[in-house]
Amino acid sequence: MNAMASKLAWAVVAIVGAVCLGMVALERGEPINAIWLVAASIAVFAISYRFYSRYIADSALQVDGTRATPAVRRNDGLDYVPTQKSVLFGHHFAAIAGAGPLVGPVLAAQMGYLPGTLWILAGVVFAGAVQDFIILFLSTRRDGRSLGEMIRSELGNAAGVTAMVGILMIMVILLAVLALVVVKALAGSPWGTFTVFMTIPTALLMGLYLRYVRPGRVLEMSIIGFVLLLVSIWLGGVVANDPNWAPAFTFEGKTLAWMLIGYGFVASVLPVWLLLAPRDYLSTFLKIGTILLLALAIFIVAPNLQMPAVTRFVDGTGPVWAGSLFPFLFITIACGSVSGFHALISSGTTPKMLANENEARLIGYGGMLMEAFVAIMALIAASVLQPGVYFAMNAPAGVIGTTVEGAAQVISQWGFVITPDVLAQTAKDIGETTILSRAGGAPTLAVGMAQILHGLIPNGMAFWYHYAILFEALFILTTIDAGTRVGRFMIQELLGAAYAPFKRTDSWVANFTATLLCVIGWGYFLYQGVADPLGGINTLWPLFGIANQMLAGLALVFACVALIKMKREKYLWITAVPTAWLIICTLTAGWQKLFDSNPKIGFLAAVRKFSDAAAQGQVVAPAKTLDDMQRVITNNYVDATLCGLFMLVVISTLVFGLRAALAASRSDRSTAQETPYVALATVKS
Amino acid sequence: MNSVSLASGLREWWRLAVSAARLAIGVPDYDNYVAHVRKNHPEQVPMSYEVFFNERLAARYGKGRSRCC
Repeated sequence: MNAMASKLAWAVVAIVGAVCLGMVALERGEPINAIWLVAASIAVFAISYRFYSRYIADSALQVDGTRATPAVRRNDGLDYVPTQKSVLFGHHFAAIAGAGPLVGPVLAAQMGYLPGTLWILAGVVFAGAVQDFIILFLSTRRDGRSLGEMIRSELGNAAGVTAMVGILMIMVILLAVLALVVVKALAGSPWGTFTVFMTIPTALLMGLYLRYVRPGRVLEMSIIGFVLLLVSIWLGGVVANDPNWAPAFTFEGKTLAWMLIGYGFVASVLPVWLLLAPRDYLSTFLKIGTILLLALAIFIVAPNLQMPAVTRFVDGTGPVWAGSLFPFLFITIACGSVSGFHALISSGTTPKMLANENEARLIGYGGMLMEAFVAIMALIAASVLQPGVYFAMNAPAGVIGTTVEGAAQVISQWGFVITPDVLAQTAKDIGETTILSRAGGAPTLAVGMAQILHGLIPNGMAFWYHYAILFEALFILTTIDAGTRVGRFMIQELLGAAYAPFKRTDSWVANFTATLLCVIGWGYFLYQGVADPLGGINTLWPLFGIANQMLAGLALVFACVALIKMKREKYLWITAVPTAWLIICTLTAGWQKLFDSNPKIGFLAAVRKFSDAAAQGQVVAPAKTLDDMQRVITNNYVDATLCGLFMLVVISTLVFGLRAALAASRSDRSTAQETPYVALATVKS
Repeated sequence: MNSVSLASGLREWWRLAVSAARLAIGVPDYDNYVAHVRKNHPEQVPMSYEVFFNERLAARYGKGRSRCC
């Protein structure tokens, strides 16, 4: 009887989901309500979790609840701790959720909300959540070892080094693109700049408080920190309206870029407890809180989506990023659908705290579904804006100009009718002087969030806008200083392989050099992005997407090999299908970024265009001088090289994977290097 | 549901929320750690909460933690 009722309930969920998805996909002309999209997503998530993830757990992985996990076997109360599953879910989600799922969907909205939604839903169910779950499981079976270590031991040393180089490259490009998002949000905005600057003294104060005043009292610190952040937002408004103070906090992009580069260096060499840790704590709590707040607001306010389901820009001529739907949509939305970075988290601290293998499904698969939901909310926030406003904020100045009149004219010609007054008024509503060409996702999301939250608590559009900017900038800056540290350790390890003294993390010279190299790496791309009149996001986001999907490809190739080694070839399609899709997408996108004849897409075509013109002494827009021309050429060469390297990493890992898979398939028993079975019942607690 | 079980339910909920928030920033449950040391390593004195907190902070960022985008 119960089984019958359960079947019936799931049938209802399936029907409701199908109806909602139908509404989302088929509604034309009239704006539809965001709740349809939310309900459709929740139905898809629930069904995939209940059926597909369970199928993977039972058949392909044969998850074994009687087997002792590393947390149980090696319990030390510190690193290895069997943890209550809801607590661990929170830990894992806090670690995987970042700026990625907020930015990608906003950029993808230029094609309308439908392509992005479908890719987020299909991507997460069949690729992203599968990757997170399987890597978590495999790492749990291997004593909680990291992705790099697992690849080295199962695919060979060369594959391990390749993966490490790949991870370092994605780190560099990730830091550059996130820093660029912050620069784009703060350029020419005294309110935002002041508020974000204030997070530095706030974090220092909190660091000292936690170290000396009230050691380890996190809740007190967080409350004080949160109040100080709110005060800074309010004070930022005062500063922005003060004719004397406002200019002191108004910077152009290039200045902000240099500041961020300097900040990244200093913050990553300071003692962690002083700046990095307290900022990380604050941003973690603020991030979770704001995501919950946004979810609540969407449910209560139930806004209408103004963006059409599909825009004309599916043909690849969009102003926000160039390139057609395939493969570039699948590169633009990485986090939220499938994010290679999660493979690092799933093989990090989480597997060391899993109390029972049965819970890997909830943490790995369920955690990623939750991130996809964040991506859906970001897409909603971008789509509740008038399309004209969305394009004014995201199209580069090189395309729409720098005046509201000019921008309104260009955007109206695209078919998204908008008046200069609306653009000017929107800027005024949020307490800024202009909203034009603030690409990068954060400001668009902030205006969308401000509109939604404004519906929940009227008054203070400007406050909510700057709250949203602060919320994003805070955790992006945390990623920048923590990421620079991670990059530094990776560089020390890689250089240490060639020259041993570099490995010593207590050596100031090694420490300093590696940090400098890391900062120069991402600083170069950041500066290039800021100086680019086409906005930089245009170039850097696809590179980041390719890199992130490349990493997912690496992790999934490893998952395929692991399945073959476990003699579960029958279920290979579960990982092979997303692997193939990701490799096809990254290689196609990489190929087009390199060789497409359109200079807006292909790096080498751009090099040709500018070299030819420079040879004849002509200056081609967006460059203004012959020096500019030279810089554009160099940048495009560097981008092309990086893109080529990403492709090389993908292809070589594929070759290493095929080699290992062939060797494993010749053996007639399992060759997976799992830690031996220990019965849970035999381990004393 | 009577008020006693409601109160204990709320307490349990709050305890979980606190430990989830702590773990989200890399600090596992302290009482659990003390219990673990007392039971399995009776010859050792468990770290005080303050020392434990700083030890966990150093461990979280020691080797550079991978963060997500």
